[in-house]
Amino acid sequence: MKAQEFLVKEKFPLFWCAGCGNGSVMHAIVRCFEKLNYTRENTVVVTGIGCWGKGDDYINTNTFHGTHGRALAFGTGIKLANPELNVVVLMGDGDGATIGGNHLIHAARRNVDVTSIVVNNLNYGMTGGQYSGTTPCNKTTSTSRYGHIEHGFDLSGLVAAAGAPYVARGSVYGIVQLEKFILEALKKKGFSFVEAISQCPTHFGRLNGMKEPAGMLNWIKENSVSVSSANQLSDSERENKFILGKFADKEKEDYSTKYLRVIREAKKIKEGGK
Amino acid sequence: MWKVEVNEKLCKRCGICSTFCPVKVFTCEIDGLPVHTYQEKCTGCNLCVLRCPDIALTLTGGKEQ
Ligand code: SF4
Ligand code: SF4
Ligand code: SF4
Repeated sequence: MKAQEFLVKEKFPLFWCAGCGNGSVMHAIVRCFEKLNYTRENTVVVTGIGCWGKGDDYINTNTFHGTHGRALAFGTGIKLANPELNVVVLMGDGDGATIGGNHLIHAARRNVDVTSIVVNNLNYGMTGGQYSGTTPCNKTTSTSRYGHIEHGFDLSGLVAAAGAPYVARGSVYGIVQLEKFILEALKKKGFSFVEAISQCPTHFGRLNGMKEPAGMLNWIKENSVSVSSANQLSDSERENKFILGKFADKEKEDYSTKYLRVIREAKKIKEGGK
Repeated sequence: MWKVEVNEKLCKRCGICSTFCPVKVFTCEIDGLPVHTYQEKCTGCNLCVLRCPDIALTLTGGKEQ
């Protein structure tokens, strides 16, 4: 199937604001579906709540729209019930990393074979631009008018530390690299995680002096560094940068494979006992 | 020659395609609609198509032989 055929064109134009990065990430995802010969039947896109949570409205594979922060819990259930399915979980930083942060680290630790794609636009977009768990220190949001006093999570670092075998961070500006990461993540057996640094011009951009839709994307471009160049920077210099690249890429037996073994063992014992 | 077509119904006039085109092919109409004006400069890199948040662009044509 062609990438365009995975999109629900009748519902276009997209609901998202002018210049919002969600559409760019969604387009990259369906291009990867085409490259991997995914079908509607063998793929499930799972979402939670938030602007990015609307992504499933526009993708015509099987979809599941869950509750706030719980997309990964539903995704885990779907994968365990039918390990043959390609399960792709779309979350925002508010949904997946703040409300649902606990699901994120535990899905990574369990190594459930799903692909998570977090669009990180540094705030809660849909509810009005409140700070999220990834809002950088000193940035203005609707709930941190005098500058945010907390520090944001290094999400990719967090998920890598939780044991995920594939973790990468890209950006909407670096769309070619981002697409490559999504493709690799989809191919990876085990929990794979892609963080897409993206723009929310309507809230984060506007409140931080980047009102023009292209402004926040330009700021992302200007403040991105590769993993290798980041190693040359001091801690304080790294603090305000988006470090793009791969943080984990290894082989690790996934949850479903191990669980099937448990089922086989249990059956043997049962049959032996008859 | 390469040609980038803009779907006017889908385009939200965000300016991302024109701002980040490496060779500045686009001009914009008063309402912000991008126009593939300096077509002869277009390298067919496809970046505008990939970055457009509204999936409003299509690249056609090809390199001159
Ligand atoms: S509020 Fe922000 S995240 Fe939501 S659609 Fe608008 S720009 Fe995108
Ligand atoms: S990037 Fe897309 S939506 Fe934005 S101005 Fe260009 S064609 Fe229109
Ligand atoms: S294909 Fe590349 S060079 Fe041509 S208009 Fe798009 S971004 Fe510019």
